[in-house]
Amino acid sequence: MFHSKMFITLILLVLPVLVVVGFADILGGRLGDRIATTLFINLILVLGLQVFMGNSGILSFAHIGFMGIGAYTSGVLSMSMQMKSMALPDLYPVIQAIEITPFEGMIVGGLVAALVAAVVSYPLMRLSDAAAVITSFALLVVLHTIMVHWNEVTNGPRTLFGVQGGTTIYSSAAVATVMIVVAMMYKESRAGILLRAVRDDEVAVGAIGADISRLRWQGFVLSAFMAGVAGSVWAHFITSFSPAAFYLHETFVILGMLVIGGAATVSGAVLGTFAVTAAFEGLRSLENAINIAELFPKPLVGLTEVVLACAMIGFLILRPGGLIGNYELAALPRFRGLFRAADGGRDRPGDRSEH
Amino acid sequence: MLGTIIQFVIDVLSLGSLYALMALGLVIVYGILKMVNFAYGELIMVAGYSLYLLNGSPLPWLVMAVIAIVMAILTGMLTELVAFRPVREKSVTAVLITSFAFSTLLQNAALLFISPRARTVPLPDIFTRTVEIAGVIIPLRNLLTIVCAVVLLAVFALILKRTMLGIALRAAASQFTMARMLGVPANLIISVAFAISGLFAGIVAMFWLGRIGSVVPGIGLEPLLVAFIATVIGGMRSLVGAVVGGFLLALIDVSLNYLLPQNLLQFRDAFTFTMVIVLLVLRPEGLVRGPATGQRT
Repeated sequence: MFHSKMFITLILLVLPVLVVVGFADILGGRLGDRIATTLFINLILVLGLQVFMGNSGILSFAHIGFMGIGAYTSGVLSMSMQMKSMALPDLYPVIQAIEITPFEGMIVGGLVAALVAAVVSYPLMRLSDAAAVITSFALLVVLHTIMVHWNEVTNGPRTLFGVQGGTTIYSSAAVATVMIVVAMMYKESRAGILLRAVRDDEVAVGAIGADISRLRWQGFVLSAFMAGVAGSVWAHFITSFSPAAFYLHETFVILGMLVIGGAATVSGAVLGTFAVTAAFEGLRSLENAINIAELFPKPLVGLTEVVLACAMIGFLILRPGGLIGNYELAALPRFRGLFRAADGGRDRPGDRSEH
Repeated sequence: MLGTIIQFVIDVLSLGSLYALMALGLVIVYGILKMVNFAYGELIMVAGYSLYLLNGSPLPWLVMAVIAIVMAILTGMLTELVAFRPVREKSVTAVLITSFAFSTLLQNAALLFISPRARTVPLPDIFTRTVEIAGVIIPLRNLLTIVCAVVLLAVFALILKRTMLGIALRAAASQFTMARMLGVPANLIISVAFAISGLFAGIVAMFWLGRIGSVVPGIGLEPLLVAFIATVIGGMRSLVGAVVGGFLLALIDVSLNYLLPQNLLQFRDAFTFTMVIVLLVLRPEGLVRGPATGQRT
């Protein structure tokens, strides 16, 4: 179940994370820290999306909604009591009395998101491809609506301020690394392999007796847990946010990262995050430079999104599988010779399968 | 009492007509291509901004409306060219994502080139007039919506049953490959389907803007959601299902509007969705069964 190639892939994937941490330390200063931390949080989100979407083949738009659940859960529960009475005057007394550390908040945020996903999604897993996608989209809207209107807990559409800080570039990098391992382990576990089989041939998997709804449900719940954790980490990074952060724009960015990198593999998720973040930051600086130099009469807004949208469409036309197609990094055909030594020089007969 | 009932009925019928037309526009494309068009809501946005840009011209409103609808049709066909045709053969997920990306592209283009703020839209006087029936005041617009929808649905049903184009559309929706072998030109049929989808979206846009009065880049989201939900509960494989789903959704929405207490009213969408989930648990394929599909479930 756990091949040696998997460990090599894991090392190859964690390496860029460490490199970025090192670079940001030496070069970046505050800006570099901020970019790197955002990169790692996006990485957790993209990995969570990959866990469900890559393995089940079903597009899920609800992912960012669970990020919001994690963010608000952890943010509100970890506030000091004084802060709570200032920022959320109408908060229920039960919640007001609880106060936990950001780390505990991260775990609780993930668990609450997973719980909501578990309850809501079980009936949805029986739906067909297109209906499932549409329903996930509607779920995102509903979660957003609840966040916007539940004034007592989320401060409504207004910004919730006063959330405890606590995320550093190191902690976010650590969580991201753990999530890379989790995503890889799920992919190679029995549940993960069966889910990928469902993606490829649903009828055949039904014929061998696997419970298809339940497999999808497991993937969805794990994916929601990861999104909740990412939301919590982000909440303690940015310390004040509003429900607008958990809606279509963020969904589009995370989806773009996964699609461009390649949804079928963990390597694709990692690569896509790094590539799109680099492109994004470059485009943002370009947009700012143009606005400062006043090349156009009106300030440019939304240029970055337009370019990203075109890039996504272009990629899907030219390389629908993303940058990395079906094989993890260590198993890519062009690198096969490099890592042959890891098998002791043999190519086992069953090794043709993708992993 | 009678007045409230009449108001309730007219509300459900007019909203249901809008929802049914929206859902129909979506299902036409889905029926043939088995692919969901995420950029559908943006067709309404395009029609809205066309009206906004024509504001102040000496043309009568009806002409402006026709131009706006034509813009929606053209954008629909453009969507097909850009987001569907190049990726159609490759994978179903790819098409979903390209249409989502195209939708974002259109919205941000509107943001970039026009404005992120709401822009007012010219509306005809007839939209503001009201009529009194049995003691309640009914906006004339609602009655117009119902009439327009009935006429449109009747014409569309006639086209589908009696003309060559309609028969070709139904054949393509049922067995695409076989239809091609019998001489139905694939690309033409698909473009026509998108054009019809654009036509429905354009007409819906006129009445939708009549309700809101202004246009923002994100105006297409709510109609898109409505079309999605109505299609899913009605049954994605059937045109009748789309209409049924639209009216059912309107019934749920208006009923909740009348029944929910004040403090829960803002969560109305969450309640609607819960009922939809219950419906889906009981009947995952939707209410109306369509032709058998060879697709995986």
